Amino acid sequence: MDNLRYEAADTLAHAAQLIAAESGDVRVLAGGTDVLVQMHSDMIEPDLIVDIKNIPEVRTIQQEDGGWRFGAAVPGLELMDHADFCAAWPGVMDGVKLIGSVQIRGRASVGGNLCNASPAADSVPPMIAASAMATVFGPNGSREVPVQDIAVGPGKTSLEKGEIVVSFSLPPRPAHSGDAYLRFTPRTEMDIAVVGVAVNLTLDDAGICTAARVVLGAVAARALLVQEAADALIGTSVDDAAIENMIQEVRAACRPIDDKRGTIEFRTKVAGVLAERATKIALERARGA
Amino acid sequence: MAPKPGSFSTSIPYEEKKLKIVGTEPADRPDAVDKVTGRARYAADYNLPGQLIGKVLRSPHAHARVLSIDTAAAEAVPGVKAVVTRDDFPDMAVEHAASGELMINFKDVTRNMMAREKVFYDGHPVAAVAAVSESAAKKALKLIKVEYEVLPHVIDVEAAMQSDAPILHEDQFTKGVDPTPEKPSNIATRIESKLGDIEAGFDQADLVIEREFRTKPVHQGYIEPQASIANYTDGGQVEVWTSTQGHFVFRAQIAKLLQLDMSKITVTAAELGGGFGGKNNVYLEPLAVVLSRKSRRPVKMVMTRDEVFRATGPTSGTHTKVKIGVTKDGRITAGQAELNYQSGAFAGSSVPMAAITVFTRYDIENVLVVGHDVTCNRPKVAAYRAPGAPMIAFGVESVLDELAEGVGMDPVSFRLKNAAREGTQTHYGPKLGPIGFVETLESAQAHPHMQEKLGPNQGRGVATGFWFTLGKETSATLNVGEDGTVNVIMGTVDVTGGGRSALAMVVAEELGIPTEKVRVKSGDTTALGFNFMTAGSRGTAAGSMATVKASRDAIQKACEVAARIWEVETEEVVWEDGHARPASTNVGDFEPLSLADLARRAGALGGTIAGHAELDVAMGGPGFGTHIVDVEVDRQTGAVKVLRYTLVQDAGKAVYPKFIEGQFQGGAVQGIGMALNEEYIYSEKGTLENPGFLDYRVPVASDVPFINTEIVEVPNPMHPYGIRGIGEVPIIPPIAALSNAIYHATGVRLRDHPLSPPKVLAALDEAAPAIAAE
Ligand SMILES: Cc1cc2nc3c(=O)[nH]c(=O)nc-3n(C[C@H](O)[C@H](O)[C@H](O)COP(=O)(O)OP(=O)(O)OC[C@H]3O[C@@H](n4cnc5c(N)ncnc54)[C@H](O)[C@@H]3O)c2cc1C
Repeated sequence: MDNLRYEAADTLAHAAQLIAAESGDVRVLAGGTDVLVQMHSDMIEPDLIVDIKNIPEVRTIQQEDGGWRFGAAVPGLELMDHADFCAAWPGVMDGVKLIGSVQIRGRASVGGNLCNASPAADSVPPMIAASAMATVFGPNGSREVPVQDIAVGPGKTSLEKGEIVVSFSLPPRPAHSGDAYLRFTPRTEMDIAVVGVAVNLTLDDAGICTAARVVLGAVAARALLVQEAADALIGTSVDDAAIENMIQEVRAACRPIDDKRGTIEFRTKVAGVLAERATKIALERARGA
Repeated sequence: MAPKPGSFSTSIPYEEKKLKIVGTEPADRPDAVDKVTGRARYAADYNLPGQLIGKVLRSPHAHARVLSIDTAAAEAVPGVKAVVTRDDFPDMAVEHAASGELMINFKDVTRNMMAREKVFYDGHPVAAVAAVSESAAKKALKLIKVEYEVLPHVIDVEAAMQSDAPILHEDQFTKGVDPTPEKPSNIATRIESKLGDIEAGFDQADLVIEREFRTKPVHQGYIEPQASIANYTDGGQVEVWTSTQGHFVFRAQIAKLLQLDMSKITVTAAELGGGFGGKNNVYLEPLAVVLSRKSRRPVKMVMTRDEVFRATGPTSGTHTKVKIGVTKDGRITAGQAELNYQSGAFAGSSVPMAAITVFTRYDIENVLVVGHDVTCNRPKVAAYRAPGAPMIAFGVESVLDELAEGVGMDPVSFRLKNAAREGTQTHYGPKLGPIGFVETLESAQAHPHMQEKLGPNQGRGVATGFWFTLGKETSATLNVGEDGTVNVIMGTVDVTGGGRSALAMVVAEELGIPTEKVRVKSGDTTALGFNFMTAGSRGTAAGSMATVKASRDAIQKACEVAARIWEVETEEVVWEDGHARPASTNVGDFEPLSLADLARRAGALGGTIAGHAELDVAMGGPGFGTHIVDVEVDRQTGAVKVLRYTLVQDAGKAVYPKFIEGQFQGGAVQGIGMALNEEYIYSEKGTLENPGFLDYRVPVASDVPFINTEIVEVPNPMHPYGIRGIGEVPIIPPIAALSNAIYHATGVRLRDHPLSPPKVLAALDEAAPAIAAE
């Protein structure tokens, strides 16, 4: 780290150019709550840090085509202060609110949470459940990528060298939609999810589920979108029988590892418990919306 | 090992008198503002011109022979000024010494700070480097070539006790067994403590319960990592600023390990960022001194959190067995326990201390306690707040809870019926003096907490704790400035932050001046006679004995000055309310003289007013406590929520009640953390998997409720103000209290620590069919 350089980019093009010109290890810096911790613990030794926080596109929150768009580097606390966004996507906010502590959320961004590619990242399952799209800018221009395709494994993304996630778009919400995210941690905060479950539901006027997405965190190498679990809810009134079927599908989809943070058995079991609880919260929100 | 006062030790008997300052809460706390604003100087805040940064190369293996160490490439790195290995330190013979509440052996201390023949744990130091920058030092570490012959290892205590276990020390033959075995063993020592006739005791019982318990090692978790800066001058003076609970003990150890005269070494204890027993041992200090001597530059070393977890002492993981018998009407007739305690890489766990606390809260006629001190491939254990006691209290208090239920008594009445009182014969030797255990149980029973209603999946647990108050060598000097304000130099380290205030209050009480006129500071090792470390809850209890003595010495001098002014005999002057006064009207009609009046004139009347004390403080005045906790268990996830917590403890005399409450609360919170989620997790290869606060889960603020506290005051007869040590008792009951509460919430008893969600859930699932059948 003797020759570490820090550059703050003003535009996306500037950031891309800085990254392209560096032959050594480059890290994009948003809130830095992962990057700096990893540097201090010698996990990474970057030659160049490119700070993207001065680039306007990565810092704005706005309504767009009936849905929402927010910058990849918007800190969690700014999202929490945005009443309209919070009202539209309470489940995404369940995830954002769980990241670290007040101090961490003052910096931590959803883009950083996603690109750090931890299977336990808290904002990622509800973003996938929300069908969020990422706008990616790089040497070859812009592309739109579903959020579930960004992280591919622990610490690994599908981004090409020089590519930056600029912002996320969330689709317009039909009436009677609700989402929720729950995680299990031994501590009440400042902890890492042993299991996380996000559920996003839409009901028709009769209360029948017409669309659902169920996403699991921390039970596989990356967040899992479990179609079978969603199918167990779609077409039902989300009654106890449907929830029971969904729980079975969730547990069947879990592919966790045994490690210091939890056993396979515990994670699988608790994934089902949280799936039930998150579904009930999403359902209540959908009925109220 | 039982603490026995020496024949020349000092105790000043308790005197009941009206107090003006002790027991109040003056606003002034000298360390607080500087800590909050960041101006307090911790060891890592000290810097010297030209200093180098020192870093340690640590073993990646749990157990290996060190065949060779090649440092040539590391020495060639630009900026590297010194590299040291085992060859830079003299070997030490077996020689035991007290270090806090545990015993050390210099043969092992030198091997623990720098491996010699073998490495015994993941994180064991094998070399150290000093360089102009941290990056140069780290680069050099990577270039040191160590050739290891990896050996089979053993991590857990039960495995280590097996006869076919990998042996750490070929020359270790179990002590305390007759005849001494011929085969080396990981069991370093067997100890036994006996009272009455154990078999006869069980024969008298109507109900006997025997259970087995297991606990994982837990770390003290102090926020400040170990840090030291050493300067070995060309003139042969050695200065060390460090993070320690006992700078005099550290000076002695540095002198021994490096074979230097004590007089050439000055150790300064920096402001302490938490110790809890974990800063009773040298780790970096000797390395920094030798690196400084070799490089002829000051050397600063600061551990990373990873190093703190891998290489500084946690407390023992344990395996224990507890068997207790009672009569139908709830009288305990016999208590038996086996304590198998990990000592880590080298012998010397807390098992001797733990063994004497096992049943000491209760009046039991027949007792048998057997303890084993067991080496295994983990860092050498260190003291941790009432070292060894929480783990065995877990066992004893759980079994008592079962017995109480078995004989149909509520947990507090059952304990009251069997409680130790003044005159109770302990199983380790002495009879107890006046103690406040019964008072804590009675206050707990009467506490409004006991009336709170419990909902579904909620339960209430009770448990108790006992610990000693250590005395030992303690010195203090008191200098009265020309303006009558007072500086006190203390030699114990203020480990709590409130220690300085407490001592200032005692001095102010003695001298009859306001507390804010007294400033207490820790002196370096050249300023005072020897001081034992701040351990065994002795900081305020023993420290105040020395400051009382020093105050009375200064008062004597002040009276001499008054006598000279009045031209009377010193015996004709008395000290009252902060003034020298004529002893009677016969002496003459003189206006009283304040300390300030006297101090101003003392220079020309014999010299500065000062007092000092160098004591071996008599030990005594143990503390007892009773805890009540309510929990709610999530039956689907195994999560335990602590709803309410109340702690009652005998403080003897609370010098500054809020600080006592703070100690009670801190101890309880550490105990809750220890109980619920803290544990060392090792891989198959014997490497530590969770060396950081992310996965070593100490509780955060939102994990614990407000801790209600109640102070009981039964004066310690051996202390002028009746003060008892209070720092350690509060950490003892929580594991047991929580486990009992979980049982009352769910019907399931947990005997395998930590009481973490996966363990609780597994136990609930296992018990579900049985409970459903009922
Ligand atoms: C004490 C503490 C507690 C924490 N608790 C939680 C928790 O409860 N839950 C949780 O999920 N996480 C937690 N974290 C992790 C971290 O805070 C989150 O992952 C956070 O969202 C990261 O965002 P950031 O903006 O700080 O990312 P940064 O650290 O700036 O970046 C993270 C990674 O993403 C890359 N990156 C950042 N932005 C972009 C971009 N726009 N395009 C491409 N690459 C990018 C960086 O190069 C880096 O590799 C915690 C961290 C700490 C220190």
